[in-house]
Amino acid sequence: MARQFSNNTPWFHWQGERGENHHFLARLLHLDGQLLLGLCLLAGVGLVVLYSAGGQDMDLVLRQLVHLILGFSAMGLFAQIPPQRFERITPWVYVLGVLLLCVVLFKGDIGKGARRWLDLGVVRFQPSEIMKVAMPMTIAWLLASNPLPPRPWRLLLAAVMILLPVALIAKQPDLGTALLVSSSGIFALFLGGISWWLIGTLTTILMVFAPVAWHFLHDYQRARVMMFLNPESDPLGAGYHIIQSKIAIGSGGVYGKGLFNGTQAHLDFIPERSTDFIFAVFAEEFGLIGECFLMTLYLSIIARGLYLAAQAQGTFARLLAGSITLTFFVYVFVNLGMVSGLLPVVGVPLPLISYGGTSLVTLMAAFGILMSISTHRTQNGSG
Amino acid sequence: MLHPPLRPFFSLQRLVEPTPPDKPLARATILLGILAAAALALLLRGLWLQVLDKDFLQSRGDARSVRTVAIPAHRGMITDRFGEPLAVSAPVDSVWANPQELMKAEARFPELANLLGMPLATLKKLVMDHKEKEFMYLIRRIQPELAEAIKNLELPGVSLQRDYRRFYPDGEVTGQLLGFTDVDDVGQEGLERSFDKQLRGVPGAHRVIKDLFGRTVDIIERVSEPHPGSTIRLSIDRRLQYLAYRAVQDQVEKYKAKAGTAVVLDTQTGEVLAMVNVPSFNPNAPGRDPALGRNRAVTDTFEPGSTMKVFTVTAAFESGRYKPDTPIDTRPGTYRVGNKTITDVHPCGLIDVARVVQKSSNVGASKIALSLPAEKLWSVFSRVGFGSLTGGGFPGEVPGRLLPYSKWKQIDQAVISYGYSISVSLLQLVRAYATLGDGSVRPVTFLAQDHPIPGTPIIDKHIASQLRDIMELVVGPGGTAPQARVSGYRVGGKTGTARKAGSHGVYLEHTYLSLFVGMVPMTNPRLVMGIMIDSPSQGAYYGGVVAGPAFSAVMGEGLRLLDIAPDDLASLGQQVVSLHEAPEN
Repeated sequence: MARQFSNNTPWFHWQGERGENHHFLARLLHLDGQLLLGLCLLAGVGLVVLYSAGGQDMDLVLRQLVHLILGFSAMGLFAQIPPQRFERITPWVYVLGVLLLCVVLFKGDIGKGARRWLDLGVVRFQPSEIMKVAMPMTIAWLLASNPLPPRPWRLLLAAVMILLPVALIAKQPDLGTALLVSSSGIFALFLGGISWWLIGTLTTILMVFAPVAWHFLHDYQRARVMMFLNPESDPLGAGYHIIQSKIAIGSGGVYGKGLFNGTQAHLDFIPERSTDFIFAVFAEEFGLIGECFLMTLYLSIIARGLYLAAQAQGTFARLLAGSITLTFFVYVFVNLGMVSGLLPVVGVPLPLISYGGTSLVTLMAAFGILMSISTHRTQNGSG
Repeated sequence: MLHPPLRPFFSLQRLVEPTPPDKPLARATILLGILAAAALALLLRGLWLQVLDKDFLQSRGDARSVRTVAIPAHRGMITDRFGEPLAVSAPVDSVWANPQELMKAEARFPELANLLGMPLATLKKLVMDHKEKEFMYLIRRIQPELAEAIKNLELPGVSLQRDYRRFYPDGEVTGQLLGFTDVDDVGQEGLERSFDKQLRGVPGAHRVIKDLFGRTVDIIERVSEPHPGSTIRLSIDRRLQYLAYRAVQDQVEKYKAKAGTAVVLDTQTGEVLAMVNVPSFNPNAPGRDPALGRNRAVTDTFEPGSTMKVFTVTAAFESGRYKPDTPIDTRPGTYRVGNKTITDVHPCGLIDVARVVQKSSNVGASKIALSLPAEKLWSVFSRVGFGSLTGGGFPGEVPGRLLPYSKWKQIDQAVISYGYSISVSLLQLVRAYATLGDGSVRPVTFLAQDHPIPGTPIIDKHIASQLRDIMELVVGPGGTAPQARVSGYRVGGKTGTARKAGSHGVYLEHTYLSLFVGMVPMTNPRLVMGIMIDSPSQGAYYGGVVAGPAFSAVMGEGLRLLDIAPDDLASLGQQVVSLHEAPEN
């Protein structure tokens, strides 16, 4: 058999020498087996939940399957590109992303009251999605190209580079993506070694300026925050989403009502039940047990991501891998927190479960980069 | 190949760049701590919602989706005395909508309008008119197949409701008698209204799951079963009802009358066996003329005319001063009371009391009446039921008008003897005649009785029997109603031809009510039938001619159907003989 492992590592192994991955997936396809397994499981669960949430509409599931195929293809594609190449093109990607965001600001298509889409004739896409990947790359690149810990003026530059696209995205308005993009940059900074003193100062400034920011929020965004604080104040209006989804989750109980048996979901009481609020459907039908299973799945993917980040060669790769993984966590946390009424309503889909193609492709591309980082290793690469 | 020393499974500090101002391990630990705390927060939130708050949230969820819905109860059937259905409820569907939801699907209104069979503009207007409401009927009581087709459009906010529709197999024949129910299946008129309480069932209820658009998705449980209403078995004999309807219709057509009505009572039980009105309406067809809804036999009163003479003579016999053969001088055919003159249509000369009735002499009746104390007359009229309700409980029944005798003037006492200055309903009149069957009065009933009702004796049996003999003379040779005879049976009766009063109390020229009340078989009276033909305008107007044949027609078949033994076989023989002799004449 061609597959010969140096230390008889099992097929499904945790670690080879120096953390290299010896699996053929890793060597030939540059894929990480465990990450792939986790993602596939999640996608499978997602399709089942979507089938139920969409009122057992097979068309919806098939369309999502196409999205998944596109997503996994993007992942496979990105995994083939060595991290060094990503590092080289980073500044250009960033500049392109910011430019497209500017274009979208003036010429973008409007959908659901927000100007997010850019129509290129062939495809319609959201430039903010590019930024989801470009941002951690950029900050990682910025920090990696200079000695660490970063000097204050460089940190200032990083802050500007984060704020510019985030401001553009928030202006669209797309608070959810702005949150994800900014957190991916901040995570890179944090992993890069920004001092606690600075973190403390920035947090304080943020707190002080929160009332000012309140001023700049859109009415609907303010309403969401108010509703988060007291959803029952307007149960038929702005508080409707949260109340309905809380009811659905609570109705599930420990064991859930069983697949296809969720009344709140199937009777149209849950808004956006196949997209942002799909977790409410899942929780009603699978209960606390199902939630624990889903959380375990997500956490194992995150654990694997962090592990791969820790094994990454080079500052750029390490920071990028860590940032991607942590941003994924934010994705999950914000969505689950929002649907269960722990956080204000922010339009963040539940990764790999919510219906939708654009954010899925971006997410999978990011995982592709992560896999690329873990599989393109040099024998004498520095730690 | 050399094995390098194994690294620990996960070197936490490698996650963070080795050169931060603090130790990378501490930073990585804090990072993981934050992640763990966030994950824990989500888990606790799940516990809170799904374990601690579960019951509350589930009840809130049910409050959104679970509704208690009434199940309409099947309205009881109305049958005739033999259980033949006269009114039955069949399931139909009503389509209702939540206009606020329905408006969202305005693009599909053409399809809906098409199925509803209404113009698009009408539908739009209908929905717009109700846009503030959450409930409106789109169409009511349609065939279940059509309702299913509308349901299959799957429009938001459109739902079905099961109703029952009332069908009356006999249509016009039982029109005013049974009345009808409204769109909510509540009895509005006629016996449907009298017996509404018994006919109406108790609606049940079930709990259902409804979706956001109010569509019933699933039935969870029955809270209570619907209890169908009771079946009401009427005293009506469907066959007699048909015969009576046809006979009255024939007479109304033949004499071009405005209307006609007839009642058949069982003298031994007080049961109404038939009660018909012409013209009638079809209760199954929508859009009926409200003017036709009246059951004239109980709601309309009239001056009974000569049919009253029987009761005048009853009072005369009761006084002890008159016998059937007591002579009465009616010459010269006119009789002056105060400044009014009472006349006979045909002068009768010197006749006896029996002939006063047989020939229907107004002069004779007036003379008898004026010779009696007013109280005596009033007492008889009151005892046989004039001026009071019959006890049948028919909606809209009127008691008529019998003035207290203390208010009678002399002329009132004279004319009341032949049926003026008093108003009665046909049912009252027929019931009064029924008391002559055995001298007892019984409340009228519309419900089937299986045993004879004893009744309250009010007239001496001997006097009743004398009056029956006189009534036989009326249909006999020289009487006013030979047309009312029924071959094989001894028949008695009395005709009446009353002038109709106009709206100002002035009698109208050439406008009459033609009346006949008959009894059969006279040896053991069972049936009394009264017929009133209103305003015959062609041919004739005498009660015996216009109303009498209806009696003969109904009883001729009816007695055989009821299996009542003939008591006058001789007349059968005569008829046979006369039939044989006919060709020779």
